[in-house]
Amino acid sequence: MLNLVQKDSFRNGIHPPEMKDETSHLAIRRFPFAPTLVVPLSQHLGKPASPVVRAGQEVTRGQTIAEPDGFMSVAMHAPASGVVRKIALAPGIGGNMVESIYIEPHPASSQEVDDGVPCMLETSTPDEIIGAIQRAGIVGLGGAAFPTHVKLKAPEGKTLDTLIINGVECEPYLTTDHRVMLEQTADIFTGIRYLMKATGARECMVAVEANKPDAVRKLRKVCPPDLPVTVRVCPVKYPQGAEKMVIRSLLDREIPSGGLPVDVGAICVNVATTAEIGRLLPRGRGIQERVITIGGPGVEKKGNYRIPIGTTVRYALEECGASKDISRVFLGGPMMGPSVSNLDIPITKGTSGITAFTDAQMDEATGHKKIYACIHCARCVEACPLFLNPSQLGILAKKEEYERMAQEFHLMDCFECGACSYVCPSHIPLVQYFRLSKKMVRKLSAAK
Amino acid sequence: MSKLQKFLEIGSSPHISSGASVDVIMRNVFIALLPVCVFSVYAFGIAALLVLATATLSCVITEDVLCRTTGKPSTVGDWSVAITGVLYGLTLPPDLPLWMVAVGGIFAVGVGKFMFGGLGCNAFNPALVGRAFLQAAFPQAMTHWSLPFADNRFSDLPGSILAFPFSEPVYDAVTAATPLARMKFEAIQAENPELLWGLTSGSAGETCAVLIFLGGVYLVARNMMNWRIPISIMLTVSIITWVFMQIDPVTYPRPAFMLFSGGLMLGAVFMATDMVASPITNAGCWLYGFLIGALIVVIRFWGAMPEGVMYAILLANAVSPHIDNLIRPRVFGTGKGAG
Repeated sequence: MLNLVQKDSFRNGIHPPEMKDETSHLAIRRFPFAPTLVVPLSQHLGKPASPVVRAGQEVTRGQTIAEPDGFMSVAMHAPASGVVRKIALAPGIGGNMVESIYIEPHPASSQEVDDGVPCMLETSTPDEIIGAIQRAGIVGLGGAAFPTHVKLKAPEGKTLDTLIINGVECEPYLTTDHRVMLEQTADIFTGIRYLMKATGARECMVAVEANKPDAVRKLRKVCPPDLPVTVRVCPVKYPQGAEKMVIRSLLDREIPSGGLPVDVGAICVNVATTAEIGRLLPRGRGIQERVITIGGPGVEKKGNYRIPIGTTVRYALEECGASKDISRVFLGGPMMGPSVSNLDIPITKGTSGITAFTDAQMDEATGHKKIYACIHCARCVEACPLFLNPSQLGILAKKEEYERMAQEFHLMDCFECGACSYVCPSHIPLVQYFRLSKKMVRKLSAAK
Repeated sequence: MSKLQKFLEIGSSPHISSGASVDVIMRNVFIALLPVCVFSVYAFGIAALLVLATATLSCVITEDVLCRTTGKPSTVGDWSVAITGVLYGLTLPPDLPLWMVAVGGIFAVGVGKFMFGGLGCNAFNPALVGRAFLQAAFPQAMTHWSLPFADNRFSDLPGSILAFPFSEPVYDAVTAATPLARMKFEAIQAENPELLWGLTSGSAGETCAVLIFLGGVYLVARNMMNWRIPISIMLTVSIITWVFMQIDPVTYPRPAFMLFSGGLMLGAVFMATDMVASPITNAGCWLYGFLIGALIVVIRFWGAMPEGVMYAILLANAVSPHIDNLIRPRVFGTGKGAG
């Protein structure tokens, strides 16, 4: 079955330990409602949604509680039936405060959701599907949280020919996409039908990394014969799941520097996002929960959970029996997941997992080891999937030559996969420098 | 309600690392050099042991003292200066007066490494800087070669070794010309087995090609050395030599002689591959190796000296940053690949 693994993949990349065995066999379980759910109005890139409920108002699970404010915005839905306590600031992942709707679920609130106005595949136009996706509050569930409906329409003069469903999931520890592919296989193909109709793509490929053979088998078995879908197996390599990398691996096309997938006629949608489209649109529902992996050595009851949006990290960790000596908690996987400074931040649509490390793992973390000078060993150059020169960029970052980094060494192309920091024997926090440098470049160009 | 009360640590991702470390890499280079050192002592006796020990100690102590006097934490623990010391010792004649060894060691680390800013900043291979200094300062002592496998090598010390500082060394042992000198001045080529197994005279650590090669294989297998550099050097030397041998087999030696004589193996495997002073891209490494190989042939064939590996590598070190400027990887999504 897996002899069809693509020989051709993107160049460079790294092989961190996968750490997926602890959760990949565990079926998705439902999560109880926390005493308070905090639904931020901005869980996506773009404009925050505008609330349509007031403090004290009763809401039912699945009800729209915030409407999209413009095209670069999506709706929010009530994760549980209960009372809106207040609309106030709540802590966000970046240490910032975000306007959020606090909902107090009724005791013994049901997990049932009422269906809304369905968007039927056969009778809807592409624009109606795109509108329905926006109203369902769907954003990229892989982590970027980019509003999905925005990328479905090719700009004037460009055509989309290939829809790529991204089930690569190359981050260590995370197995949500893996479980979704096994358990929501039919939803995925329904979602593909919606997406193909909305985008006008003629062909669809589902990309799966070779370490999920059961998902590949299941997808190939369930795939309806009338759909032009192929399931493609990619070699296990980080960051295979990055948009640029997966398109290069499957189509042998390179997204131009500074460009978008549509520039090479492709669109990339995360597999869990696709499954949600397939599950929600026919019922007229919106996203009020998502599947996340809660794992890492600091968690006892590791697993994949369908968790209400707005559950705080603290509640999630306590329910899963987090050990008392957890020392670092991050949302998503260890390569790109941001670490949280406050356990009271809510899980949002872009959260693919909660991983908790204890002191024992921190010895391996960047920032905990002695930093040596760069010895030009070239490991970062061989790891960077975009063929940048992290060694040179790191030296320039230290000298604060941000503009030169951007102009001469393509700093702004870096999508912060962290492969350079991972391999650096001098333990130089390269990608960390680059994050900062990118911010500085944006600041400098805004000042001009 | 809140059971989790510990202070959380925040840090920018990635939260894991490969575990690679500079000191581990350096320690492995040191390990790869050990068999070469052992053979050196076996072939040249106590004299070589003293030269190697003096070279290493002088380099390590120089770095430690310089760090302390400039108020920096000592960088001896990263093992890089130990490698410099051992490599430097291996390039010296095994009966060189120890005071010269120490002076060169101080120069190697002080000028070749510390003045440039320490680890990661040296433009040239520090070991070769030390050797080049000695070559210029003491040309006679640096071209005096003792016989390998002398019967009394473990019982007697050559008189030259303990020469009083700044006095003229007195040589009591029989002088032996190196294979390269015999080739250059007498047109006699040594046989392959002697060169491979290190039965000839020469610098303390350059004679046994096989052990040097195995050290290189060990490092390449551990992904701690870019194999393209030694391979590029050896290919370049072989091809150019072969062409000239076809033209005039009397004047020009066979490629195998060129490869396994003198400091070529030691230079190609352990000196030219100094990560700090070599290019960062693979394409750059091929070019860098080609440059070294071509320079070696030019100096050996037409230069005044029989050997040219040291100057070839130092010159290529100087060019290395320019190679990195010239050869840059095509960034993803630019140039031909885009679209």
